[in-house]
Amino acid sequence: MKELLTGGEAVAHGMRQVDPDVMPVYPITPQTPIIQGFAKFVADGRAHAELINVESEHSAMSAAIGSALAGARTMTATSSQGLALMAEVVYIAASMRAPIVMALGNRALSGPINIHCDHSDSMLIRDSGVIQLFAENAQEAYDFTIAAPRIAEHPDVLLPVLVCLDGFTITHASEPVELLADEQVRRFVGEYQVPQPLLNVSAPATHGPFAMPDNYFELRRAQASALDAAHDVIALVGHELKFLTGRPMAAIEPYRLDDADRVIVALGSTAGTVKDAVDELRAEGEHVGLLRICSFRPFPAVEVAAALADVTTVIVLDRADSPGGTPPLHAELAAVLFGSDSTLRGHVYGLGGRDIHPSDVRDIFAGGQPAYFGLRGDECLV
Amino acid sequence: MSELMDWRELPIAGVVTPETATPLHTGGWRTGVMPEVELAACVNCLLCWIYCPDSAITLDGTTFTGFDYDYCKGCELCAEVCPTGAISMVEELA
Amino acid sequence: MSRLKTLVQNQNGVQPLRGGHSLCQGCGVPVVVRTVLSTIQKPVVVVNATGCLEVATTRFPTTAWNVPWIHVAFENAAAVASGIESAQRALARRHGLPDGEVEIVVFAGDGGTYDIGMQALSGALERGHNFLFVCYDNEAYMNTGVQRSGATPFGANTTTSPAGRESFGKAQKRKDMTAIAIGHHVPYVAQAVASQWYDLSRKVSAAVAAEGPAFLNVLTDCPVGWGHEPRLMPKVLNAAVDCLFWPLYEVVDGQYALSYEPEHPIRVADWLTLQTRFAHLLQPDQAPVLERIQAQVEADWDDLYRRCAA
Repeated sequence: MKELLTGGEAVAHGMRQVDPDVMPVYPITPQTPIIQGFAKFVADGRAHAELINVESEHSAMSAAIGSALAGARTMTATSSQGLALMAEVVYIAASMRAPIVMALGNRALSGPINIHCDHSDSMLIRDSGVIQLFAENAQEAYDFTIAAPRIAEHPDVLLPVLVCLDGFTITHASEPVELLADEQVRRFVGEYQVPQPLLNVSAPATHGPFAMPDNYFELRRAQASALDAAHDVIALVGHELKFLTGRPMAAIEPYRLDDADRVIVALGSTAGTVKDAVDELRAEGEHVGLLRICSFRPFPAVEVAAALADVTTVIVLDRADSPGGTPPLHAELAAVLFGSDSTLRGHVYGLGGRDIHPSDVRDIFAGGQPAYFGLRGDECLV
Repeated sequence: MSELMDWRELPIAGVVTPETATPLHTGGWRTGVMPEVELAACVNCLLCWIYCPDSAITLDGTTFTGFDYDYCKGCELCAEVCPTGAISMVEELA
Repeated sequence: MSRLKTLVQNQNGVQPLRGGHSLCQGCGVPVVVRTVLSTIQKPVVVVNATGCLEVATTRFPTTAWNVPWIHVAFENAAAVASGIESAQRALARRHGLPDGEVEIVVFAGDGGTYDIGMQALSGALERGHNFLFVCYDNEAYMNTGVQRSGATPFGANTTTSPAGRESFGKAQKRKDMTAIAIGHHVPYVAQAVASQWYDLSRKVSAAVAAEGPAFLNVLTDCPVGWGHEPRLMPKVLNAAVDCLFWPLYEVVDGQYALSYEPEHPIRVADWLTLQTRFAHLLQPDQAPVLERIQAQVEADWDDLYRRCAA
């Protein structure tokens, strides 16, 4: 049955149905509706987590590590500056192999301070070793929330999973969302287990060691291999979830790629806008398509290369910049397409919540647009 | 565990247990003196036990039996706190 | 049976922190750890902030710990403990705890308590988590080479508050972290010292018996940072207490109680003279600074004494 829910409400419902043991919460726009919704579920006895009203996001992730390693399924949520503040601990959570699920209401990083959507927060912790899934809409944000514990807790993975949903565009906009039944979700996520729970006093273990140059390198490589393993686990879990929902869940979503000569590559809700433009243009006889990246980390390089194999022109849209360097998604595509026959061009767009419309996407497909698309005064055309 | 393992051999998250830990014998830190006891003068007060930073006082139940020279760093605290002078620091012969 | 023998027996033949670590000769921290952990009869999990204790006891692939132990970062030990405590509560409520309840003990140095750790500690105290936070206060960032912290005493020479031609050392009075903890209205707060194991052990028992957060501030020496021979630890620490610089007291549900009143208090200078970190203050031209210190210590003692007498 479909309900009209905002992305934030949908994620809160997903969390309610997963019913974690512990949830540290700290408010920040635009994820606050998620934790508020969940807190109300707990207050009404519809969810049963121990809520920890921590005094900062740094403590939210810290408490989450303690909780997850102690043997409790743990979830939390943040955005932007909150993610920036907890960044140190996010890296550590990955290194300690804590299977925490965190909703990220993508919001621009300061400064200037801005509460609207872009992907700079996700990109800040790009190299932290956590898994990052980008939802296109409220439905997918919900689906990812259900899938995330299964991915995070898989014995080959044991990493934090970020369910990224665009701030305001998804978190605060209402859409029809199909929820699974509570019992279906309970059965899907199953029981929580970690290999060496902290509270196992008969088998005491030391977590979070100090490593000298003789061992740090190997310990980091071992951790990175878990992110590699996540690649297959995401496919596996996505496949299993599809049986329940009827909706596909995978690392990429190719949209009308067959015989496309121009393909836009994008993350998040903008992909939905691109789909509308693609449909319009296709109806006019243009051979355009969209490759949506759903799993940004681990980056599905093999699938992306295969999907773009016969595409003449690849246009990557980045909702984050890398001043002085190459924007993040653009850099990934450049690496994947190196040596291929495709032409690659890229735009940075939508920073700080600047909207992008189907007409903009048409212009982008047509070409000759500024590298910083939509920027007043940008004359550098690509 | 050996000190230098291949990355595939490492425990997940670098978690170490008492069973898998590589022992670190700090007895080599001593710089010429070591504690010795005259057992007849020991009254089993156990002050040396509580003060030893390296847990190098060996007990049998609650009875003092001696020193663990694998770990003793020669800090002399045991000799200092011993109320009867049973413990003294002596020259350590190589 | 003597209390000390009870502590031995509580260990059940297994030292919580055993030999095989690289803490300095004569370091006071393991004495605190041993006293605290062997007093607690329930199984424990230790949360350790970054610092000497953590670094020296857990260099991969060694560990000196025989109890469950976790280190995450420098400033968040109290937050990590909050997470573990909430997890334990959730698990007990929802799934049962097969091994029974575990006592959560945080060990943090003064840096990880007074300064960078203060926010997380404050939050954990305010939320009322049932855990014990032990600060081993050696009055500076010792692990990184003796830099001043909020706990460093007025006039102390550290590498970031060095004494020199233009400076007499740390120019600020130390933070009263114990008072800050008391201000959170938690069930149990106490000051103790590493050299008085009986007093510390008694306070640990009271702390774990309390329902809710307990904070123990334990003055601990650092032979390197304070500048004295390792074996003089008991003498130096006891002098800190006897000169009234470090009163031993507890606050139980807001009620102050003095644990020890020196019959013949010594002058602060008699404590300072035992440590090279104060050697510069014993020069004749620093007499005014010494007088300030003496006056400060006496005023603080009188204030505490009044609260305890009330």
